[in-house]
Amino acid sequence: MAHETKEQVDAVTGVTTTGHSWDGISELNNPLPRWWLWSFYLTILWSIGYWVVYPAWPLATSYTRGLFNWQSREAIVADLDDLKAQRASMTAQLARSSLDAIKQTPELFAFARAQGKAAFGDNCAPCHGAGGGGAKSYPNLNDDDWLWGGSLAQIEQTIRYGARSTSDKGHQGSMPAFGRDGMLKRSELSNVADYVRSLSGLATEKGADLAAGAKIFADNCAACHGDKGQGSQDLGAPNLSDKIWLFGSDKATIMEGLWNGRGGVMPAWEGRLDDTTIKALTLYVHSLGGDQRR
Amino acid sequence: MTHAATSPKSMTFGEAGSALAFAALALLCIIIAAKAYTPEYAFHAYLFAAASGWAAFKIVDRFYDRPAQLPPREINGKPNYNMGPVKFATIAGVFWGVAGFTIGLLIASQLAFPALNFDTAWLSFGRMRPLHTSAVIFAFGGNVLIATSLYVVQRTSRARLVGDIAPWFVVLGYNFFIVIAGTGYLLGITQGKEYAEPEWYADLWLTVVWVAYLLVFLGTVMRRKEPHIYVANWFYLAFILTIAVLHLGNNAAIPVSIFSPKSYIVWAGVQDAMVQWWYGHNAVGFFLTAGFLAIMYYFIPKRAERPVYSYRLSIIHFWALIFLYIWAGPHHLHYTALPDWAQTLGMTFSIMLWMPSWGGMINGLMTLSGAWDKLRTDPVLRLMVVSVAFYGMATFEGPLMSVKAVNTLSHYTDWTIGHVHSGALGWVAYVSFGAIYCLVPWLWNKERLYSLKAVSWHFWISTLGIVLYISSMWVAGILQGLMWRAYTSLGFLEYSFIETVEAMHPFYVIRALGGVLFVGGSLIMAWNVWKTITSAKDIAVAEERPLLVAAE
Repeated sequence: MAHETKEQVDAVTGVTTTGHSWDGISELNNPLPRWWLWSFYLTILWSIGYWVVYPAWPLATSYTRGLFNWQSREAIVADLDDLKAQRASMTAQLARSSLDAIKQTPELFAFARAQGKAAFGDNCAPCHGAGGGGAKSYPNLNDDDWLWGGSLAQIEQTIRYGARSTSDKGHQGSMPAFGRDGMLKRSELSNVADYVRSLSGLATEKGADLAAGAKIFADNCAACHGDKGQGSQDLGAPNLSDKIWLFGSDKATIMEGLWNGRGGVMPAWEGRLDDTTIKALTLYVHSLGGDQRR
Repeated sequence: MTHAATSPKSMTFGEAGSALAFAALALLCIIIAAKAYTPEYAFHAYLFAAASGWAAFKIVDRFYDRPAQLPPREINGKPNYNMGPVKFATIAGVFWGVAGFTIGLLIASQLAFPALNFDTAWLSFGRMRPLHTSAVIFAFGGNVLIATSLYVVQRTSRARLVGDIAPWFVVLGYNFFIVIAGTGYLLGITQGKEYAEPEWYADLWLTVVWVAYLLVFLGTVMRRKEPHIYVANWFYLAFILTIAVLHLGNNAAIPVSIFSPKSYIVWAGVQDAMVQWWYGHNAVGFFLTAGFLAIMYYFIPKRAERPVYSYRLSIIHFWALIFLYIWAGPHHLHYTALPDWAQTLGMTFSIMLWMPSWGGMINGLMTLSGAWDKLRTDPVLRLMVVSVAFYGMATFEGPLMSVKAVNTLSHYTDWTIGHVHSGALGWVAYVSFGAIYCLVPWLWNKERLYSLKAVSWHFWISTLGIVLYISSMWVAGILQGLMWRAYTSLGFLEYSFIETVEAMHPFYVIRALGGVLFVGGSLIMAWNVWKTITSAKDIAVAEERPLLVAAE
């Protein structure tokens, strides 16, 4: 049967078949569609043209370089140079001006904030959020509450050297683990936690001994956090009397901090970012919520 | 064959040899398990030992159960087809398909809602993603390819599969590889090469299985009763051969020890990247294209009951595709450390691939001429025709994205993910669904599928899913690309990376919804396949299916 290769005519299309049949499937003798063939030739011609113009074929120790000796490495270097040239005069001004001076020059200040915003997005946003809104244990940079101070100089110091970072010049000092290290008993911690909540007007648990809490606070906490829990920017001790909480204001979270201590890390950016970028970042962050506006 | 009934029953060389080999492997694996460096590796060694032990036992057990003579190649002058392994691979394909799509849905949801990894290492995206890609490409796609190839090669050669144990070894061995690969990812065993994650021992095992596959396929082609080799078989053979070469090249690795799952790839630096994408792109070209074109070339003419549109086109586009595809890999490495000349070749060969790819589409679609009306009544044919349309679309989009200027926008964005899925869901999965819907009644001798209406539901639900998927990824990808390259008037990047990630959220949710629909459709298919096998009406006489052109 299939050994014969007699051509047949397909009744529907009137086209002959090749005469073979496999499991009932035969094949028509249609030619290659013209448009298909010409399109195929065209892509081949286009490719040959491209090979002439651009680097294309490997040789023994080199490769065909194309008509214009184009190289992607040179192209990207040229692109980056263009960008640098576009920013050159402003960058130079930024480099030689002081933070305060930049702030007084609207055009320069706008440029610094633009650069700062871009640098912030790439380096700071993963922790502090794209708009600097912060997250649990990562400070909100839009509010008036500054752990290490919100002046231009203080912000620059924190960005440059970090906190509890690898830099010797970074901010040091952290919240001790009062519970874990056996400095205070759990009942004492509970009382002081309630007392701390009372400082910002939060409800306290029934039966909480606030007087005892106040005593413990004065003996153990006031040295850093201040007599009234107003905090200390020199020590990075948060203000406990406002409504802004780095980790959370519920009692369990406060107890967790009292028990295990706290000490979030801000990396040191000196060496990783150049001086102008750090300047720009400082001005950008300062523009978010710098200094105390109240 | 009645005269043979008197000859004494004895084990064949294949039976005795493979039983011994499996017993020896089981022993070796127990030793390895005992001395394994890590518990995960020990677990795999025990799996190997258990599977080998079971195989050795099963071969001997099967010998005692079988008649003295092995099944004849022909009965009354008609080929005595060996469909057992085909049935197994078909069912495995359905199972892995549903599993792979579901894991895809999970990771799509994780991208929209990262908390869905439930803070466990096992469910983390890094382990789930290779599980998804391997499950859909190699487990689902691979089983469909093995099932259809072993079916088609028999039918179009009018010959029984070569080998007695070998076809079963191919099917079961391949699925065992899937189990090793998948559990490996879950346990954190990977060599970190995309689409080639399994470690050296799984790769070695797959090599053995694949050589057996090649021999079974080639042997059956050579045993054919037809003067010519049918076009589908050229494509299957190209797929099997090239995948063997790619697998060996990309997985050339030196294990730390036979007792360790860890190995080091012999390639380094940009050469490693190039070999990886030579492999990666040809996994697309030869696994997901050539193999599935073979499915198209058999199942579409068969289902439409029409001759293939053009024999000449099939020859030209076959050889053009085979020759050109192998060069296209470098387009995955545009604007990297790869030399410019290699990038140029990758791009231009991708452009030249456009028409050879469309040759397949033309041959698939035009085969319908004279039978277009069947699309109204036959949802199975509709699945396959739409798959060819998606093939055409994806193979236009691919060369387009390989153009360096376009690639500056599309590279590393979700556009690529959308492109891959228009090929994977629209083309590969749809033509597979079509083939499965054809195969199941044929293999189990049923008059028809249990429910054509369910096929129709499957078609519409998953088509809607695909549309949601790829359109959301187009928008997401182009938006992402534009955001990445946007500069302010002062010459600074307008958006930080994190902002571009945030912008993706709504599209990731839409994509996941598309995934829900696609998984839903596949569940309908699984149900329909199950009902067809268990309760559809048997064909009264297991006869040849009607032929369009009466063979003389």
